[in-house]
Amino acid sequence: MSTINLTVNNQPYSLEAVPGETLSTLLRERLRLTGTKIGCDEAECGACTVLVDGEPMMSCVYPAERADGKTVLTIEGLAQRVHDEMKLHPLQEAFVEHGAVQCGFCIPGQIMTAHALLKRNPDADSDEIRFALKDTLCRCAGYPSIENAILAAAQALRTGEPVQKPTHVPDSIHGYKTVGHSHLRPEAVEKVTGAAVYTDDLKFEGMLCAKVKRAMIPHGFLTKLDVSKAKALKGVAAVLTAEDIPAEKNHGLVIYDWPTLVGLGERVRYVGDALAIVAAETSEIAEQAVGLIEAEFDLQPVISNPVMARQEGVPQIHEQGNLLKHIKVRKGDMEKGFAEADVILEHTFHTPTTDHAFMEPECSIGVPLPDGRMEIYVGSQIPYQDRTQVTRVMGWPEERVRIVGQLMGGGFGGKEDVAGQIHVAMLANVTQRPVKLLFDRRDSLIVHPKRHATQIRVKVGAKLDGRIVAMETELYGDTGAYASLGEKVMTRATTHSAGPYEIEHVRADCYAMYTNNPPAGAFRGFGVTQSAFAVESMMDMLADRLGIDRIELRRMNALRVGSVTNTGQRLTESVGLTECIDRVSNAMLQISGLSREDLFKPRVTPEAPHLVRAWGFASAYKNTGLGGGAPDISGADVELYEDGHFQVRSSAAELGQGLVTVMRLIVAEEMSVPPEQVRVLVMDTDLTPNGGPTTASRQTFVTGNASRYAAKTLRDQITAALAEKYDIRPEQIRYENGSIHVNGHSLSYADVYREMTALGQQPRVRYEYEAPKTKPLGEGGDMHFAFSFATQAAEVEVNKLTGEVRVLRVVSANDVGAAINPLGLQGQVEGGVMMGLGNCLTEEFIVEEGNVVSDRLARYRIPGIMLTPEITSIIVEHPISAGPFGAKGVGEISSIPTTPAITNAIYNAVGVRIDKLPVDQELIARELWEREGK
Amino acid sequence: MNLWQEYKRPASIAEAVQHLAAAPGPALPIAGGTDLLLDLRQGNHPPVHTLVDLTFVPEMTALELRADSLYIGATVPVSRIARDPLAGAHAQALVEACNLIAGPQVRNTATLGGNVAHALPAADGTIALAALDAAAEVASAAGTRKMPFASLFLGPGKSAIDKSKEIIVGFHIPITNYQSSITASCFKRVMRPQGVALPILNCAVWLTRADDAIADIRIAVGPGGPVPFRAAEAESALRGQPPAEEAFSRALDALLDQAKFRTSARRASADYRRHIVGGLFKDVLETAWKRAE
Repeated sequence: MSTINLTVNNQPYSLEAVPGETLSTLLRERLRLTGTKIGCDEAECGACTVLVDGEPMMSCVYPAERADGKTVLTIEGLAQRVHDEMKLHPLQEAFVEHGAVQCGFCIPGQIMTAHALLKRNPDADSDEIRFALKDTLCRCAGYPSIENAILAAAQALRTGEPVQKPTHVPDSIHGYKTVGHSHLRPEAVEKVTGAAVYTDDLKFEGMLCAKVKRAMIPHGFLTKLDVSKAKALKGVAAVLTAEDIPAEKNHGLVIYDWPTLVGLGERVRYVGDALAIVAAETSEIAEQAVGLIEAEFDLQPVISNPVMARQEGVPQIHEQGNLLKHIKVRKGDMEKGFAEADVILEHTFHTPTTDHAFMEPECSIGVPLPDGRMEIYVGSQIPYQDRTQVTRVMGWPEERVRIVGQLMGGGFGGKEDVAGQIHVAMLANVTQRPVKLLFDRRDSLIVHPKRHATQIRVKVGAKLDGRIVAMETELYGDTGAYASLGEKVMTRATTHSAGPYEIEHVRADCYAMYTNNPPAGAFRGFGVTQSAFAVESMMDMLADRLGIDRIELRRMNALRVGSVTNTGQRLTESVGLTECIDRVSNAMLQISGLSREDLFKPRVTPEAPHLVRAWGFASAYKNTGLGGGAPDISGADVELYEDGHFQVRSSAAELGQGLVTVMRLIVAEEMSVPPEQVRVLVMDTDLTPNGGPTTASRQTFVTGNASRYAAKTLRDQITAALAEKYDIRPEQIRYENGSIHVNGHSLSYADVYREMTALGQQPRVRYEYEAPKTKPLGEGGDMHFAFSFATQAAEVEVNKLTGEVRVLRVVSANDVGAAINPLGLQGQVEGGVMMGLGNCLTEEFIVEEGNVVSDRLARYRIPGIMLTPEITSIIVEHPISAGPFGAKGVGEISSIPTTPAITNAIYNAVGVRIDKLPVDQELIARELWEREGK
Repeated sequence: MNLWQEYKRPASIAEAVQHLAAAPGPALPIAGGTDLLLDLRQGNHPPVHTLVDLTFVPEMTALELRADSLYIGATVPVSRIARDPLAGAHAQALVEACNLIAGPQVRNTATLGGNVAHALPAADGTIALAALDAAAEVASAAGTRKMPFASLFLGPGKSAIDKSKEIIVGFHIPITNYQSSITASCFKRVMRPQGVALPILNCAVWLTRADDAIADIRIAVGPGGPVPFRAAEAESALRGQPPAEEAFSRALDALLDQAKFRTSARRASADYRRHIVGGLFKDVLETAWKRAE
């Protein structure tokens, strides 16, 4: 056997070669340098980038043996030990300072690629940075922040000066001490050094590897399942089928309709349905065992789209039929409304299935404990609900399972449904050994729920002066094989389908249909991404028809304080839409130098007349919180420790969106301490109270409030205790800059801890916060307790010869109530624009007759840094009184108007109306040729 | 299943050929391996027993002038080609193609040998080499022979090279030395931002300029047929002509006549390709012409 002699991070190693081993496996598994990540194993995403002899390489396709005689540098090797302290490299420092670190999963690859660039080209400019980072993907996609970080690091390296902080991230207009100012993300440093641990980085003694045998047919009955050969394979510890399910068969988030494993005689509803699960000594053996499992089916006709699903006589996928829900919105009198209208327009739009494509594929580890309990390590958006779903299937009381939530390399709604949690629990329970189930990118693409594909018909009636009097929408949503959150998503799509406008007569009907496609569920935007595209396209069509300016039409009809929404909710505060519209319009005028009349006109490039530019405009709104009558509750603990530090705890999830930072800042503000004095613990069902799902842009509001009220309550307890002890009035106690001023002297919080415990009081508070109550759809009243509003404008360039579209600039204004964490907010705004851009231009999850075509990251393109437009972010703050310091949600709204802003711009440039996504350059080119008679 | 059982790192061509022959199971050469390893991993290629890594063979990683050619070893990483001043001086089309293949990390291991052996009719490196009229040096147990570029391809994905026995050693790009003439080349492509990153159309033009006329020209377009397409009739229409509208128009007609544009599902229809090739070709031709000033 040959030997590999290589140097890694300045350490020499002599290792025996292993057949088939890649450099990524050698680094992660043998040397336990887990900072290098596997995002796709396809050399597409760059997460696995390391330097070999100074050059960036995709280690997932680099044979380990080729590294013989070479020098390898990984992220762990970048920071330098200086006088017994780890000193961050300027790149690491800059990524932290500039807010370029969100979920962190892509960051080691970004930093290593940038490091190689700056070594070769210390004066690299933006174009050179983009060229070098072309295939280092980021889904949180703060590409501008990444670029700025690299430029700042380059300058620091050239001058020897410290890294310059970002100067363009504005503070909140509300003048709080801590919240509303830029602070560094607490876990950013571990993310830039490679020390941050994600689930696949964990290894337990005696751990088995699991793989799942999936049906790979879209619709049929399982007639034969033979696992005997798999069981007999050496190294296989267990093979389980539906017969081995201890208690409940199905899981689900709202409706328990999703089989954990499909049994003999039972129905397979999509290609990703699980038939058997295998645990083996290595993942190779598990893979081999899965290949030995034989399955046969009685194939059934495939329901491939929601319109077909609703037809008479087609196969019914579920017992209750193919209709998941018929959602209705009724306001006013449609006949009257359309009769009043001077102009009526109608058009149908189509949006495709899309995938979250978070950089970190799903991973779960089940670890059985000697006392009979089971720990599950997983990156999940809903730890408590995972616990419920696992224990239901296992037939256990909930307390028997502990979900130990891990850092997530992105979620975006795609890590709410159960992925491997139940399967590893079953296997770990049977084998009494830890079991890891890691999805590869193909599993992830095929299995987990997607964004609903939709067909949306919009019919609008308006007066000549621009006032919209009637809006009718009919939506079909493809919820795929299982309900997941389909009911909620399509409800959201429907209730938002008339746009952020006050309209007297509104009618909407939505059919959320089961099909034999992969299930559709939560995905950032939650249905509103789709309906906003339809209604905002229609707004431009209406503006043209009426001869009214696109901005003016929207402004005239925009929701304001005092407006009644299409579900009958009167908005009493916090409606920043017109400010968003106005500030975006002004920014467009300023940036472009155009007059208001010329703003949306096409502009031909003189030196290249086949290139035409134009601006496009769109607005949107999105609820904060669950709404619809669902109790919206979060629990948070705040505790003071002996050393004077605080800890705030909740099971609310950090997906990379910055919730941990928000919780820290809120508690720091309340206790008047620097943020560093507050630690945050999240996502553990044993250690943290239930924070509810991290979805619906709700956590800043709900868990933020829980944190705030817990902190307030603790402070009140401290005040009461000190007032009693020192015999003074509570009002005489001042909290300032980390000290408590009592009777002329200052106490530290460590002193306070001593005082409280001496009095027999534990300085710890648990607060369960319930958001303002809402009403179900159809009952009038408040459907949601808060809405965020946004407007975006996009400048595009269309190539008339090829139909290619480039997005040059985006101006994005978001009404967030109050900016708690401006640096994190910047990342959400930039990332939202990029996700919207991908939704518009690059992403299509293709399924044909129920068979997944987009089963590799190579086939599902998400935007890279080369597509990044120049993004101008405008933060609008119309506070909502019930929100923590006035804050509402931002996670989703920032991604919604981008798509229609771009497609409206395309129309303004070349007169081609895009009513189907993603934008097809061939369609644009064809329409233009046909017009010219070619 | 392991991606390979044995991994050989020969230090010479002879050793490499020997390893291929002596392997106890299916054996293949590997250079960058970014296509091959993914094909193996994804089950698109039958399993191999032995991989013979060609990146340690000096003759195959050389990049230098040799007599009247620019020699590029078959396993020089394309990023190195893109940065090389000799390539920049004598093979701009190749430099431009090399800067567009995949992304920077893959370019640090991807090679022209691999690109050409894969035999795809629209591979960027391949199309540039076609216009540059590269000849390939191929080694086997029987010795080394030179093969004209066109002879390397039998069909889409079908190489004339038997990878289990033969190795592309390097490419010889002829460097013209016409009296009082200037040579230049250019490569561009049209892509779609969705789906697999294969070009809708790419085009390379090499020309020599004598006064105000095109003394000689080579045009390659991909995909323009089952093998890398040289638009020979379009070349004839432009040879000896100034690159004016009339000659260009005749050349484009000839190209449209001769090329076999097909529809690639989810990428481009034949009709779309026919419509856009003119703009692409004109752009590449005009750029090459200006460079030859």
